Amino acid sequence: MTASIQLQQDTATQYLLRLGDTCLILGQRLGEWCGHGPVLEEDIALTNMALDLIGQARALLSHAGAGQGLDEDQLAFLRDERDYRNPTLVELPRGDFAFTVQRNLMAATLLKLLWQRLQTSTDAELAAIAGKAVKEARYHQQHAADWVVRLGDGTAESARRSQAALAQLWRYVPELFDADAVDDAAAASGLGPRWADVQADWQAEVGAVLAEAGLQPPVGSAFRSTGKRGVHTEHMGHLLATMQHLQRAYPGGVW
Amino acid sequence: MTNPETRTEWPLWEVFVRSRAGLDHKHCGSLHAADAAMAIQMARDVYTRRQEGCSLWVVPSAQITASDPGDKDMYFDPAEDKVYRHPTFYKLPSEVDHM
Repeated sequence: MTASIQLQQDTATQYLLRLGDTCLILGQRLGEWCGHGPVLEEDIALTNMALDLIGQARALLSHAGAGQGLDEDQLAFLRDERDYRNPTLVELPRGDFAFTVQRNLMAATLLKLLWQRLQTSTDAELAAIAGKAVKEARYHQQHAADWVVRLGDGTAESARRSQAALAQLWRYVPELFDADAVDDAAAASGLGPRWADVQADWQAEVGAVLAEAGLQPPVGSAFRSTGKRGVHTEHMGHLLATMQHLQRAYPGGVW
Repeated sequence: MTNPETRTEWPLWEVFVRSRAGLDHKHCGSLHAADAAMAIQMARDVYTRRQEGCSLWVVPSAQITASDPGDKDMYFDPAEDKVYRHPTFYKLPSEVDHM
């Protein structure tokens, strides 16, 4: 069993990890659809997107670890749960197909809006990663929006499942836009926007899709999830166990 | 033709991919989708994920009229011994490509 790495988490590293871990953990969740998609074509679409996200995560984690002599695999597979900085939204179990496409809509819209702004980051490598990733995120958003409308505005059963998925997911949205010292430092240094800076655009874009789907977001609650601060749900440990066990059992294993 | 009321599968679409600008769209396979927009999206994921294309067409398979395999002898065999129909007896200038 390989021991966990220790990572210095200054604000810039945390900012990169939030992005990288959002891609990594959502990619892992989408990868779980492999062999389980509702139709063959969607099975391939979901795993294509999982691979896009893993590719983005690789670039971001490589960049985040470079200054400390840590590589992408060490960051992806050898951190303890508390050192992952993804918002809770992306670690929730994949649920049914309605849940998956709605979460994809929320995450892809967020990532697209962030990538658009990150293209002008003062960090040249992050700007380059963003330039490539923004095209992928645009497709992920379009794919998800298409399905959210089809299912929300579909049969009684698909509408029921869509509304249930929205009720479950909506509680985890506020965390995405909670500003803190990590965001403030990134905004001040020109590393990237506060996630809160894209909130208005996110609400407009996601709101338009939900309206077309005939779905009504629930009223807000005071609940705040805390994944971005490293405090995760009970689902995260199970996800990490699945994701990490091979690299922990066979250190440095490659294929 | 399956009755749309009792059908449990989505209709079939034929997929055509253009591999590079200037070349023709080539038939590359088929897939099931509920409508044209979904067929394009699925074709993108199924048939172009290894950089195979820069443009896609999808056509409802039901809209394609095919020749009858039973007519194959009658239709195509007579062309076998008509070598004079090929323009192979002309000397083409070298500037004329792809003839």
